Amino acid sequence: MAAEQKQNSIQTRNLNLWYGEFQALKSVSVDVKNGLITALIGPSGCGKTTLLRCFNRINERFPYVRTQGEIVILGKNIYDPDVSLIELRKSVGMVFQRPNPIPISVYENVLFGLRIHHRLGHFKKAYLEEIVEKSLTEVGLWKDLRDRLKVKATTLQLEQQQKLCIARLLPLKPEIILMDEPCSALDVEGTRSIEDLMYKLRGRYTIVIVTHNMAQARRVSDECIFMLLGEKIEHSRTEDLFLKPQNPKTGEYIEGRYG
Amino acid sequence: MPMTNNLDPAQRFTKTEFVVRKERIQSITKVLFAVMAISMIIPLLLIIGYLFYHALPSLSWEFLVEVPKKGMRDGGIWPAFVGTLYLVVISLAIAAPVGVFAAVYLNEYAKDNWFNRIIHLAVINLAGVPSIVHALFGLGAFVYAAEFGYSILSAALTLAIMTLPVIIASTREALASVPMPFREACWNVGASRWQTIRAVVVPNSISGILTGIILQVSRAAGETAPVMFTGAVFYKAVERGELFPYQLNEQCMALSMHLYTVATQVPNVKESIPYATAVVLLCSVLLVNAGAIALRVWLRNHKKW
Ligand SMILES: Nc1ncnc2c1ncn2[C@@H]1O[C@H](COP(=O)(O)OP(=O)(O)O)[C@@H](O)[C@H]1O
Ligand SMILES: [Mg+2]
Repeated sequence: MAAEQKQNSIQTRNLNLWYGEFQALKSVSVDVKNGLITALIGPSGCGKTTLLRCFNRINERFPYVRTQGEIVILGKNIYDPDVSLIELRKSVGMVFQRPNPIPISVYENVLFGLRIHHRLGHFKKAYLEEIVEKSLTEVGLWKDLRDRLKVKATTLQLEQQQKLCIARLLPLKPEIILMDEPCSALDVEGTRSIEDLMYKLRGRYTIVIVTHNMAQARRVSDECIFMLLGEKIEHSRTEDLFLKPQNPKTGEYIEGRYG
Repeated sequence: MPMTNNLDPAQRFTKTEFVVRKERIQSITKVLFAVMAISMIIPLLLIIGYLFYHALPSLSWEFLVEVPKKGMRDGGIWPAFVGTLYLVVISLAIAAPVGVFAAVYLNEYAKDNWFNRIIHLAVINLAGVPSIVHALFGLGAFVYAAEFGYSILSAALTLAIMTLPVIIASTREALASVPMPFREACWNVGASRWQTIRAVVVPNSISGILTGIILQVSRAAGETAPVMFTGAVFYKAVERGELFPYQLNEQCMALSMHLYTVATQVPNVKESIPYATAVVLLCSVLLVNAGAIALRVWLRNHKKW
Protein backbone atom coordinates (compact mmCIF):
# COMPACT_ATOMS: atom_id res chain seq x y z
CA MET A 1 0.00 0.00 0.00
CA ALA A 2 2.74 2.47 0.93
CA ALA A 3 4.57 2.10 -2.36
CA GLU A 4 1.30 2.31 -4.18
CA GLN A 5 0.45 5.54 -2.40
CA LYS A 6 3.78 7.00 -3.49
CA GLN A 7 2.85 6.76 -7.12
CA ASN A 8 -0.82 7.61 -6.66
CA SER A 9 -1.78 11.18 -5.91
CA ILE A 10 -5.42 10.38 -5.36
CA GLN A 11 -6.94 7.15 -4.11
CA THR A 12 -10.55 6.56 -3.30
CA ARG A 13 -11.96 3.40 -1.75
CA ASN A 14 -15.66 2.57 -1.87
CA LEU A 15 -16.62 6.19 -2.12
CA ASN A 16 -20.36 6.78 -1.87
CA LEU A 17 -22.02 10.15 -2.04
CA TRP A 18 -25.64 11.17 -1.61
CA TYR A 19 -27.36 14.43 -2.47
CA GLY A 20 -30.22 14.03 0.00
CA GLU A 21 -31.82 10.74 -1.04
CA PHE A 22 -30.16 10.59 -4.43
CA GLN A 23 -26.97 8.56 -4.62
CA ALA A 24 -24.62 10.27 -7.06
CA LEU A 25 -21.52 8.13 -6.49
CA LYS A 26 -21.69 4.40 -5.98
CA SER A 27 -18.74 2.65 -4.42
CA VAL A 28 -16.14 4.41 -6.53
CA SER A 29 -12.54 3.23 -6.17
CA VAL A 30 -9.97 4.96 -8.34
CA ASP A 31 -6.21 5.48 -8.27
CA VAL A 32 -4.98 8.60 -10.00
CA LYS A 33 -1.30 8.43 -10.81
CA ASN A 34 1.22 11.05 -9.92
CA GLY A 35 2.20 13.58 -12.56
CA LEU A 36 -0.12 12.27 -15.26
CA ILE A 37 -3.15 13.79 -16.88
CA THR A 38 -6.20 11.72 -16.08
CA ALA A 39 -9.46 12.36 -17.89
CA LEU A 40 -12.88 11.68 -16.39
CA ILE A 41 -15.37 10.90 -19.12
CA GLY A 42 -18.95 9.75 -19.22
CA PRO A 43 -22.41 10.99 -20.18
CA SER A 44 -23.85 14.10 -18.61
CA GLY A 45 -25.07 13.56 -15.05
CA CYS A 46 -22.96 10.48 -14.35
CA GLY A 47 -21.18 12.11 -11.44
CA LYS A 48 -17.91 13.37 -12.93
CA THR A 49 -18.17 16.81 -11.39
CA THR A 50 -19.31 15.31 -8.11
CA LEU A 51 -16.31 12.99 -7.95
CA LEU A 52 -13.92 15.81 -8.83
CA ARG A 53 -15.38 18.02 -6.13
CA CYS A 54 -14.84 15.29 -3.56
CA PHE A 55 -11.09 15.61 -3.98
CA ASN A 56 -10.93 18.98 -2.28
CA ARG A 57 -14.09 18.51 -0.22
CA ILE A 58 -15.87 21.41 -1.84
CA ASN A 59 -19.08 19.39 -2.04
CA GLU A 60 -19.50 19.90 1.65
CA ARG A 61 -20.87 23.37 1.29
CA PHE A 62 -24.24 21.79 0.59
CA PRO A 63 -25.67 20.72 3.93
CA TYR A 64 -27.58 17.82 2.41
CA VAL A 65 -24.49 16.08 0.98
CA ARG A 66 -23.40 12.89 2.73
CA THR A 67 -20.17 11.07 1.90
CA GLN A 68 -18.96 7.66 2.90
CA GLY A 69 -15.73 5.88 2.14
CA GLU A 70 -12.10 6.81 1.98
CA ILE A 71 -10.24 9.44 -0.03
CA VAL A 72 -6.47 9.45 0.28
CA ILE A 73 -4.70 12.43 -1.25
CA LEU A 74 -0.92 12.49 -1.38
CA GLY A 75 -0.89 9.73 1.22
CA LYS A 76 -3.23 11.40 3.71
CA ASN A 77 -6.85 10.49 4.33
CA ILE A 78 -8.61 13.80 3.85
CA TYR A 79 -11.40 12.83 6.22
CA ASP A 80 -8.94 12.51 9.10
CA PRO A 81 -10.00 14.85 11.89
CA ASP A 82 -6.76 16.84 11.78
CA VAL A 83 -7.14 17.77 8.10
CA SER A 84 -7.53 21.49 7.52
CA LEU A 85 -9.70 22.30 4.51
CA ILE A 86 -7.67 25.43 4.00
CA GLU A 87 -4.39 23.54 3.67
CA LEU A 88 -6.02 20.81 1.59
CA ARG A 89 -7.35 23.31 -0.93
CA LYS A 90 -3.97 24.95 -1.16
CA SER A 91 -2.54 21.67 -2.46
CA VAL A 92 -5.54 20.69 -4.54
CA GLY A 93 -6.48 23.54 -6.84
CA MET A 94 -9.55 23.66 -8.99
CA VAL A 95 -10.43 25.21 -12.35
CA PHE A 96 -14.09 25.59 -13.23
CA GLN A 97 -16.25 25.20 -16.28
CA ARG A 98 -16.85 28.92 -16.55
CA PRO A 99 -13.72 30.97 -15.91
CA ASN A 100 -14.24 32.67 -12.55
CA PRO A 101 -11.60 35.33 -12.07
CA ILE A 102 -12.33 37.52 -9.07
CA PRO A 103 -13.35 41.02 -10.19
CA ILE A 104 -10.08 42.59 -9.12
CA SER A 105 -6.97 43.35 -11.15
CA VAL A 106 -5.01 40.65 -12.97
CA TYR A 107 -2.08 41.25 -10.64
CA GLU A 108 -4.19 40.80 -7.52
CA ASN A 109 -5.89 37.74 -8.95
CA VAL A 110 -2.57 35.96 -9.26
CA LEU A 111 -1.56 36.94 -5.76
CA PHE A 112 -4.97 36.30 -4.24
CA GLY A 113 -4.06 32.93 -2.81
CA LEU A 114 -0.83 34.17 -1.27
CA ARG A 115 -2.57 37.12 0.28
CA ILE A 116 -5.18 34.83 1.79
CA HIS A 117 -2.55 32.70 3.45
CA HIS A 118 -0.15 35.32 4.74
CA ARG A 119 -0.26 38.51 6.72
CA LEU A 120 -0.30 41.79 4.88
CA GLY A 121 3.27 42.95 4.33
CA HIS A 122 4.68 39.47 4.74
CA PHE A 123 6.27 39.65 1.30
CA LYS A 124 8.46 42.23 -0.35
CA LYS A 125 6.96 43.93 -3.38
CA ALA A 126 9.77 42.74 -5.63
CA TYR A 127 9.13 39.15 -4.60
CA LEU A 128 5.43 39.48 -5.36
CA GLU A 129 6.16 40.94 -8.77
CA GLU A 130 8.47 38.05 -9.48
CA ILE A 131 5.75 35.58 -8.49
CA VAL A 132 3.24 37.27 -10.78
CA GLU A 133 5.66 37.20 -13.67
CA LYS A 134 6.54 33.56 -13.07
CA SER A 135 2.96 32.42 -12.76
CA LEU A 136 1.75 34.32 -15.79
CA THR A 137 4.72 33.09 -17.81
CA GLU A 138 3.95 29.54 -16.84
CA VAL A 139 0.44 29.79 -18.30
CA GLY A 140 1.62 31.80 -21.30
CA LEU A 141 -0.09 35.06 -20.42
CA TRP A 142 2.90 37.17 -19.51
CA LYS A 143 3.62 38.47 -23.00
CA ASP A 144 0.01 39.54 -23.53
CA LEU A 145 -0.67 40.96 -20.12
CA ARG A 146 2.61 42.37 -18.83
CA ASP A 147 1.43 45.90 -19.57
CA ARG A 148 -2.10 45.31 -18.44
CA LEU A 149 -1.60 43.93 -14.95
CA LYS A 150 -3.85 46.60 -13.46
CA VAL A 151 -6.77 45.74 -15.74
CA LYS A 152 -9.79 44.18 -14.11
CA ALA A 153 -9.58 40.46 -14.71
CA THR A 154 -13.23 40.12 -15.69
CA THR A 155 -12.60 42.27 -18.77
CA LEU A 156 -10.15 39.80 -20.35
CA GLN A 157 -11.08 37.38 -23.11
CA LEU A 158 -12.55 34.12 -21.82
CA GLU A 159 -9.49 32.14 -22.80
CA GLN A 160 -7.22 34.54 -20.94
CA GLN A 161 -9.54 34.44 -17.96
CA GLN A 162 -9.34 30.67 -17.84
CA LYS A 163 -5.56 30.74 -18.04
CA LEU A 164 -5.53 33.33 -15.31
CA CYS A 165 -7.63 31.00 -13.17
CA ILE A 166 -4.91 28.39 -13.61
CA ALA A 167 -2.17 30.94 -12.93
CA ARG A 168 -3.95 31.90 -9.75
CA LEU A 169 -3.38 28.43 -8.34
CA LEU A 170 0.35 28.30 -9.02
CA PRO A 171 1.76 30.64 -6.33
CA LEU A 172 0.35 28.27 -3.72
CA LYS A 173 2.47 25.48 -5.21
CA PRO A 174 -0.35 22.99 -5.60
CA GLU A 175 0.41 19.37 -6.39
CA ILE A 176 -2.92 18.48 -7.90
CA ILE A 177 -4.99 20.55 -10.31
CA LEU A 178 -8.62 19.59 -10.89
CA MET A 179 -10.29 20.89 -14.03
CA ASP A 180 -14.00 20.66 -14.59
CA GLU A 181 -14.67 20.97 -18.32
CA PRO A 182 -12.22 23.87 -18.53
CA CYS A 183 -12.77 24.40 -22.24
CA SER A 184 -16.51 24.17 -22.56
CA ALA A 185 -16.94 27.94 -22.53
CA LEU A 186 -14.13 28.50 -25.03
CA ASP A 187 -13.87 28.48 -28.82
CA VAL A 188 -11.60 26.20 -30.82
CA GLU A 189 -8.56 28.45 -30.50
CA GLY A 190 -9.03 28.85 -26.76
CA THR A 191 -9.52 25.14 -26.32
CA ARG A 192 -6.33 24.39 -28.16
CA SER A 193 -4.25 26.79 -26.16
CA ILE A 194 -5.59 25.47 -22.86
CA GLU A 195 -4.78 21.96 -24.02
CA ASP A 196 -1.27 23.05 -24.94
CA LEU A 197 -0.96 24.57 -21.52
CA MET A 198 -2.04 21.34 -19.85
CA TYR A 199 0.63 19.58 -21.79
CA LYS A 200 3.24 22.01 -20.53
CA LEU A 201 2.11 21.52 -16.94
CA ARG A 202 2.12 17.76 -17.27
CA GLY A 203 4.63 16.04 -15.02
CA ARG A 204 4.92 18.91 -12.59
CA TYR A 205 1.34 18.65 -11.47
CA THR A 206 -1.10 15.80 -11.27
CA ILE A 207 -4.02 16.90 -13.41
CA VAL A 208 -7.52 15.49 -13.40
CA ILE A 209 -9.74 16.84 -16.14
CA VAL A 210 -13.45 16.28 -16.59
CA THR A 211 -14.54 16.46 -20.18
CA HIS A 212 -17.51 15.40 -22.24
CA ASN A 213 -15.46 15.84 -25.37
CA MET A 214 -13.97 12.47 -26.17
CA ALA A 215 -11.61 13.79 -28.77
CA GLN A 216 -10.20 16.08 -26.12
CA ALA A 217 -9.81 13.24 -23.63
CA ARG A 218 -7.94 11.35 -26.29
CA ARG A 219 -5.70 14.27 -27.14
CA VAL A 220 -4.67 15.36 -23.70
CA SER A 221 -4.91 12.51 -21.25
CA ASP A 222 -2.55 9.70 -20.29
CA GLU A 223 -5.20 7.72 -18.52
CA CYS A 224 -8.94 7.71 -18.76
CA ILE A 225 -11.69 6.90 -16.29
CA PHE A 226 -15.10 6.11 -17.74
CA MET A 227 -18.07 6.62 -15.46
CA LEU A 228 -21.72 5.74 -15.85
CA LEU A 229 -24.61 6.45 -13.47
CA GLY A 230 -22.33 7.15 -10.55
CA GLU A 231 -20.14 4.08 -11.00
CA LYS A 232 -16.63 3.73 -12.27
CA ILE A 233 -16.86 1.42 -15.25
CA GLU A 234 -13.34 1.39 -16.56
CA HIS A 235 -9.98 2.92 -15.87
CA SER A 236 -7.03 2.33 -18.14
CA ARG A 237 -4.45 4.01 -20.34
CA THR A 238 -6.16 6.29 -22.80
CA GLU A 239 -5.11 4.40 -25.95
CA ASP A 240 -6.28 1.14 -24.41
CA LEU A 241 -9.60 2.58 -23.34
CA PHE A 242 -10.34 3.95 -26.77
CA LEU A 243 -8.89 1.12 -28.85
CA LYS A 244 -9.56 -1.95 -26.73
CA PRO A 245 -12.28 -1.14 -24.20
CA GLN A 246 -12.64 -3.96 -21.69
CA ASN A 247 -16.22 -3.26 -20.74
CA PRO A 248 -18.89 -3.40 -23.45
CA LYS A 249 -20.56 -0.30 -21.99
CA THR A 250 -17.37 1.67 -22.53
CA GLY A 251 -17.29 0.54 -26.12
CA GLU A 252 -20.88 1.62 -26.64
CA TYR A 253 -20.21 5.06 -25.16
CA ILE A 254 -17.12 5.59 -27.26
CA GLU A 255 -18.97 4.67 -30.37
CA GLY A 256 -21.54 7.29 -29.47
CA ARG A 257 -24.47 5.03 -28.66
CA TYR A 258 -25.42 7.27 -25.74
CA GLY A 259 -24.40 10.46 -23.93
CA MET B 1 -45.01 20.40 -58.08
CA PRO B 2 -45.83 18.49 -54.93
CA MET B 3 -47.35 19.93 -51.76
CA THR B 4 -48.17 23.44 -52.97
CA ASN B 5 -51.63 24.81 -52.23
CA ASN B 6 -52.38 27.01 -55.17
CA LEU B 7 -51.25 30.24 -53.53
CA ASP B 8 -50.26 33.17 -55.62
CA PRO B 9 -46.63 33.77 -54.67
CA ALA B 10 -47.35 37.47 -54.36
CA GLN B 11 -49.80 36.63 -51.57
CA ARG B 12 -47.29 34.76 -49.51
CA PHE B 13 -46.06 36.07 -46.17
CA THR B 14 -48.49 38.98 -46.19
CA LYS B 15 -50.37 39.97 -43.07
CA THR B 16 -53.43 37.92 -42.27
CA GLU B 17 -56.31 39.47 -40.39
CA PHE B 18 -55.14 37.75 -37.24
CA VAL B 19 -51.70 39.29 -37.48
CA VAL B 20 -53.17 42.74 -38.03
CA ARG B 21 -55.27 42.36 -34.87
CA LYS B 22 -52.28 41.16 -32.90
CA GLU B 23 -50.25 44.14 -33.97
CA ARG B 24 -53.01 46.53 -33.03
CA ILE B 25 -53.28 45.05 -29.55
CA GLN B 26 -49.55 45.21 -29.25
CA SER B 27 -49.41 48.93 -29.97
CA ILE B 28 -52.35 49.66 -27.66
CA THR B 29 -50.75 47.88 -24.74
CA LYS B 30 -47.48 49.64 -25.36
CA VAL B 31 -49.11 53.06 -25.22
CA LEU B 32 -51.12 52.06 -22.17
CA PHE B 33 -48.09 50.96 -20.22
CA ALA B 34 -46.14 54.04 -21.23
CA VAL B 35 -48.98 56.24 -19.97
CA MET B 36 -48.96 54.38 -16.67
CA ALA B 37 -45.23 54.87 -16.32
CA ILE B 38 -45.42 58.57 -17.11
CA SER B 39 -48.39 59.11 -14.81
CA MET B 40 -46.16 57.98 -11.98
CA ILE B 41 -44.14 61.16 -12.32
CA ILE B 42 -47.13 63.50 -12.36
CA PRO B 43 -48.13 63.11 -8.69
CA LEU B 44 -44.52 63.53 -7.66
CA LEU B 45 -44.16 66.75 -9.63
CA LEU B 46 -47.53 67.97 -8.40
CA ILE B 47 -46.63 67.34 -4.78
CA ILE B 48 -43.29 69.05 -5.05
CA GLY B 49 -44.70 71.97 -7.01
CA TYR B 50 -47.63 72.40 -4.64
CA LEU B 51 -45.38 72.31 -1.59
CA PHE B 52 -42.89 74.79 -2.96
CA TYR B 53 -45.62 77.14 -4.15
CA HIS B 54 -47.18 77.36 -0.69
CA ALA B 55 -43.87 77.32 1.16
CA LEU B 56 -42.24 80.09 -0.83
CA PRO B 57 -43.07 83.01 1.51
CA SER B 58 -41.26 81.31 4.39
CA LEU B 59 -38.39 79.61 2.58
CA SER B 60 -35.03 81.12 3.43
CA TRP B 61 -31.77 80.27 5.09
CA GLU B 62 -33.12 82.04 8.16
CA PHE B 63 -36.06 79.62 8.32
CA LEU B 64 -33.66 76.70 8.61
CA VAL B 65 -31.33 78.06 11.27
CA GLU B 66 -33.76 80.16 13.33
CA VAL B 67 -35.67 78.80 16.34
CA PRO B 68 -39.49 78.88 16.47
CA LYS B 69 -40.95 82.06 17.90
CA LYS B 70 -44.30 83.31 19.14
CA GLY B 71 -45.58 79.84 20.01
CA MET B 72 -44.35 78.43 16.68
CA ARG B 73 -46.29 81.00 14.70
CA ASP B 74 -43.08 82.58 13.46
CA GLY B 75 -39.35 81.96 13.28
CA GLY B 76 -37.69 78.79 11.97
CA ILE B 77 -37.28 75.11 12.59
CA TRP B 78 -33.67 74.65 13.70
CA PRO B 79 -34.38 72.59 16.87
CA ALA B 80 -36.59 70.20 14.91
CA PHE B 81 -34.07 69.88 12.10
CA VAL B 82 -31.20 69.10 14.46
CA GLY B 83 -33.45 66.74 16.44
CA THR B 84 -34.26 64.73 13.32
CA LEU B 85 -30.56 64.66 12.47
CA TYR B 86 -29.81 63.28 15.94
CA LEU B 87 -32.50 60.63 15.70
CA VAL B 88 -31.59 59.47 12.21
CA VAL B 89 -27.85 59.33 12.80
CA ILE B 90 -28.08 57.54 16.15
CA SER B 91 -30.72 55.06 15.05
CA LEU B 92 -28.79 54.13 11.90
CA ALA B 93 -25.52 53.96 13.80
CA ILE B 94 -27.20 51.22 15.81
CA ALA B 95 -29.29 49.54 13.13
CA ALA B 96 -26.76 49.50 10.27
CA PRO B 97 -23.95 47.48 11.87
CA VAL B 98 -26.31 45.10 13.63
CA GLY B 99 -28.37 44.64 10.49
CA VAL B 100 -25.42 44.12 8.19
CA PHE B 101 -23.70 41.63 10.49
CA ALA B 102 -26.95 39.74 11.01
CA ALA B 103 -27.50 39.58 7.27
CA VAL B 104 -23.96 38.37 6.65
CA TYR B 105 -24.47 35.65 9.21
CA LEU B 106 -27.78 34.59 7.74
CA ASN B 107 -26.57 34.61 4.16
CA GLU B 108 -23.00 33.36 4.47
CA TYR B 109 -22.73 31.21 7.58
CA ALA B 110 -26.15 29.93 8.58
CA LYS B 111 -27.05 26.40 7.54
CA ASP B 112 -30.48 25.89 6.06
CA ASN B 113 -32.18 24.48 9.17
CA TRP B 114 -35.45 25.16 11.00
CA PHE B 115 -33.86 27.61 13.42
CA ASN B 116 -32.48 29.87 10.70
CA ARG B 117 -35.66 29.57 8.72
CA ILE B 118 -37.54 30.89 11.73
CA ILE B 119 -35.14 33.82 11.98
CA HIS B 120 -35.67 34.52 8.31
CA LEU B 121 -39.43 34.42 8.73
CA ALA B 122 -39.24 36.68 11.76
CA VAL B 123 -37.20 39.25 9.83
CA ILE B 124 -39.65 39.33 6.96
CA ASN B 125 -42.63 39.69 9.26
CA LEU B 126 -40.97 42.34 11.39
CA ALA B 127 -40.36 44.38 8.26
CA GLY B 128 -44.12 44.48 7.73
CA VAL B 129 -45.10 45.59 11.25
CA PRO B 130 -46.80 49.03 11.21
CA SER B 131 -44.79 51.85 12.72
CA ILE B 132 -47.40 52.59 15.38
CA VAL B 133 -46.82 49.10 16.77
CA HIS B 134 -43.09 49.77 16.90
CA ALA B 135 -43.95 52.99 18.69
CA LEU B 136 -45.91 51.16 21.37
CA PHE B 137 -43.15 48.58 21.68
CA GLY B 138 -40.56 51.33 22.09
CA LEU B 139 -42.70 53.01 24.73
CA GLY B 140 -43.01 49.79 26.72
CA ALA B 141 -39.50 48.47 26.21
CA PHE B 142 -37.23 51.51 26.24
CA VAL B 143 -39.15 54.27 27.99
CA TYR B 144 -40.57 52.14 30.81
CA ALA B 145 -38.92 48.72 31.06
CA ALA B 146 -35.37 49.86 30.36
CA GLU B 147 -36.05 53.14 32.19
CA PHE B 148 -34.49 55.34 29.52
CA GLY B 149 -37.51 57.59 29.91
CA TYR B 150 -38.81 59.85 27.16
CA SER B 151 -35.49 60.58 25.52
CA ILE B 152 -33.49 60.72 22.33
CA LEU B 153 -32.04 57.35 23.27
CA SER B 154 -35.46 55.69 23.52
CA ALA B 155 -36.63 57.26 20.29
CA ALA B 156 -33.46 56.33 18.38
CA LEU B 157 -33.63 52.75 19.66
CA THR B 158 -37.25 52.54 18.58
CA LEU B 159 -36.35 53.80 15.12
CA ALA B 160 -33.46 51.33 15.03
CA ILE B 161 -35.77 48.42 15.81
CA MET B 162 -38.11 49.65 13.11
CA THR B 163 -35.46 49.93 10.40
CA LEU B 164 -33.44 46.87 11.38
CA PRO B 165 -35.49 44.16 9.65
CA VAL B 166 -35.59 46.11 6.40
CA ILE B 167 -31.84 46.62 6.51
CA ILE B 168 -31.34 42.90 7.13
CA ALA B 169 -33.60 42.00 4.23
CA SER B 170 -32.03 44.43 1.76
CA THR B 171 -28.49 43.49 2.79
CA ARG B 172 -29.26 39.81 2.37
CA GLU B 173 -30.57 40.50 -1.08
CA ALA B 174 -27.40 42.38 -1.99
CA LEU B 175 -25.22 39.56 -0.64
CA ALA B 176 -27.21 36.90 -2.42
CA SER B 177 -26.68 38.67 -5.74
CA VAL B 178 -22.93 38.03 -5.58
CA PRO B 179 -22.34 35.14 -7.98
CA MET B 180 -21.46 31.79 -6.43
CA PRO B 181 -18.38 31.30 -8.70
CA PHE B 182 -16.66 34.25 -6.99
CA ARG B 183 -17.01 32.50 -3.67
CA GLU B 184 -15.90 29.18 -5.11
CA ALA B 185 -12.83 30.84 -6.57
CA CYS B 186 -11.93 31.95 -3.08
CA TRP B 187 -12.63 28.69 -1.34
CA ASN B 188 -10.52 26.90 -3.88
CA VAL B 189 -7.39 28.74 -2.92
CA GLY B 190 -8.15 27.89 0.68
CA ALA B 191 -9.86 31.08 1.84
CA SER B 192 -11.88 30.85 5.01
CA ARG B 193 -15.46 32.07 5.03
CA TRP B 194 -14.48 35.33 6.65
CA GLN B 195 -11.72 35.93 4.10
CA THR B 196 -14.17 35.17 1.33
CA ILE B 197 -16.66 37.64 2.75
CA ARG B 198 -14.04 40.35 3.07
CA ALA B 199 -12.32 39.75 -0.24
CA VAL B 200 -15.20 39.20 -2.64
CA VAL B 201 -18.66 39.14 -1.09
CA VAL B 202 -18.76 42.55 0.59
CA PRO B 203 -16.77 44.46 -2.06
CA ASN B 204 -19.16 43.20 -4.71
CA SER B 205 -22.31 44.00 -2.81
CA ILE B 206 -21.32 47.16 -0.98
CA SER B 207 -23.31 49.48 -3.21
CA GLY B 208 -26.47 47.43 -2.71
CA ILE B 209 -25.87 47.28 1.03
CA LEU B 210 -25.38 51.04 1.30
CA THR B 211 -28.44 51.75 -0.80
CA GLY B 212 -30.55 49.60 1.48
CA ILE B 213 -29.27 51.43 4.54
CA ILE B 214 -29.64 54.89 3.11
CA LEU B 215 -33.20 54.27 1.99
CA GLN B 216 -33.96 53.78 5.65
CA VAL B 217 -32.85 57.34 6.34
CA SER B 218 -36.03 58.61 4.76
CA ARG B 219 -38.10 56.22 6.81
CA ALA B 220 -36.43 57.13 10.07
CA ALA B 221 -36.70 60.83 9.28
CA GLY B 222 -40.30 60.67 8.17
CA GLU B 223 -42.02 58.48 10.76
CA THR B 224 -43.94 60.42 13.37
CA ALA B 225 -45.53 57.89 15.69
CA PRO B 226 -42.38 56.10 16.90
CA VAL B 227 -40.68 59.32 17.98
CA MET B 228 -43.83 60.95 19.30
CA PHE B 229 -44.40 58.04 21.69
CA THR B 230 -40.84 57.79 22.91
CA GLY B 231 -38.88 60.99 22.86
CA ALA B 232 -40.03 63.87 20.67
CA VAL B 233 -41.59 66.97 22.19
CA PHE B 234 -43.58 69.90 20.86
CA TYR B 235 -41.09 72.48 21.94
CA LYS B 236 -37.60 72.63 23.29
CA ALA B 237 -35.62 75.79 23.86
CA VAL B 238 -32.46 75.76 21.72
CA GLU B 239 -30.03 78.46 20.63
CA ARG B 240 -30.26 79.62 17.04
CA GLY B 241 -27.95 77.52 14.84
CA GLU B 242 -26.55 75.55 17.79
CA LEU B 243 -24.99 72.30 16.56
CA PHE B 244 -25.12 70.09 19.66
CA PRO B 245 -28.10 71.27 21.64
CA TYR B 246 -29.32 67.91 22.96
CA GLN B 247 -28.16 65.26 25.43
CA LEU B 248 -28.97 61.61 24.83
CA ASN B 249 -31.23 61.42 27.87
CA GLU B 250 -33.21 64.53 26.92
CA GLN B 251 -36.20 64.86 24.69
CA CYS B 252 -35.84 66.63 21.39
CA MET B 253 -37.90 68.18 18.65
CA ALA B 254 -38.24 66.41 15.31
CA LEU B 255 -39.27 67.60 11.86
CA SER B 256 -42.08 65.10 11.37
CA MET B 257 -43.51 65.86 14.77
CA HIS B 258 -43.07 69.61 14.26
CA LEU B 259 -44.94 69.41 10.99
CA TYR B 260 -47.78 67.61 12.72
CA THR B 261 -47.84 70.24 15.46
CA VAL B 262 -47.84 73.35 13.31
CA ALA B 263 -50.28 71.86 10.85
CA THR B 264 -52.89 70.64 13.33
CA GLN B 265 -52.24 71.71 16.91
CA VAL B 266 -51.39 75.41 16.86
CA PRO B 267 -54.09 77.92 15.82
CA ASN B 268 -53.35 80.87 13.54
CA VAL B 269 -50.02 79.69 12.16
CA LYS B 270 -48.80 81.49 9.07
CA GLU B 271 -49.92 79.26 6.21
CA SER B 272 -46.50 78.93 4.66
CA ILE B 273 -44.80 77.55 7.80
CA PRO B 274 -46.08 73.94 7.67
CA TYR B 275 -45.37 73.82 3.96
CA ALA B 276 -41.87 75.13 4.44
CA THR B 277 -41.30 72.54 7.14
CA ALA B 278 -42.45 69.84 4.75
CA VAL B 279 -40.12 71.18 2.07
CA VAL B 280 -37.14 71.00 4.44
CA LEU B 281 -38.03 67.43 5.39
CA LEU B 282 -38.52 66.41 1.77
CA CYS B 283 -35.36 68.12 0.54
CA SER B 284 -33.20 66.63 3.29
CA VAL B 285 -34.43 63.18 2.40
CA LEU B 286 -34.03 63.73 -1.33
CA LEU B 287 -30.56 65.10 -0.75
CA VAL B 288 -29.55 62.01 1.20
CA ASN B 289 -31.01 59.77 -1.51
CA ALA B 290 -29.21 61.69 -4.23
CA GLY B 291 -26.03 61.33 -2.21
CA ALA B 292 -26.66 57.61 -2.06
CA ILE B 293 -27.02 57.38 -5.81
CA ALA B 294 -23.84 59.38 -6.34
CA LEU B 295 -21.96 57.16 -3.91
CA ARG B 296 -23.23 54.09 -5.71
CA VAL B 297 -22.10 55.35 -9.08
CA TRP B 298 -18.75 56.35 -7.65
CA LEU B 299 -18.24 52.98 -5.99
CA ARG B 300 -19.12 51.18 -9.17
CA ASN B 301 -16.66 53.17 -11.25
CA HIS B 302 -13.82 53.66 -8.83
CA LYS B 303 -13.63 50.46 -6.91
CA LYS B 304 -10.12 49.14 -7.14
CA TRP B 305 -11.08 45.49 -7.05
N1 LIG C 1 -26.01 20.18 -5.82
C1 LIG C 1 -26.71 19.11 -6.20
N2 LIG C 1 -27.85 18.77 -5.57
C2 LIG C 1 -28.55 17.69 -5.95
N3 LIG C 1 -28.22 16.88 -6.95
C3 LIG C 1 -27.10 17.15 -7.62
C4 LIG C 1 -26.28 18.28 -7.28
N4 LIG C 1 -25.23 18.31 -8.12
C5 LIG C 1 -25.38 17.25 -8.94
N5 LIG C 1 -26.48 16.55 -8.65
C6 LIG C 1 -26.94 15.33 -9.31
O1 LIG C 1 -25.91 14.38 -9.24
C7 LIG C 1 -25.75 13.73 -10.50
C8 LIG C 1 -24.34 13.87 -10.97
O2 LIG C 1 -24.11 15.22 -11.27
P1 LIG C 1 -22.71 15.76 -11.81
O3 LIG C 1 -21.65 15.26 -10.93
O4 LIG C 1 -22.83 17.23 -11.97
O5 LIG C 1 -22.63 15.07 -13.23
P2 LIG C 1 -21.67 15.37 -14.46
O6 LIG C 1 -20.65 16.37 -14.03
O7 LIG C 1 -21.10 14.04 -14.80
O8 LIG C 1 -22.53 15.87 -15.56
C9 LIG C 1 -26.76 14.32 -11.45
O9 LIG C 1 -27.83 13.44 -11.56
C10 LIG C 1 -27.19 15.59 -10.78
O10 LIG C 1 -28.56 15.83 -11.01
MG1 LIG D 1 -20.33 18.39 -14.75
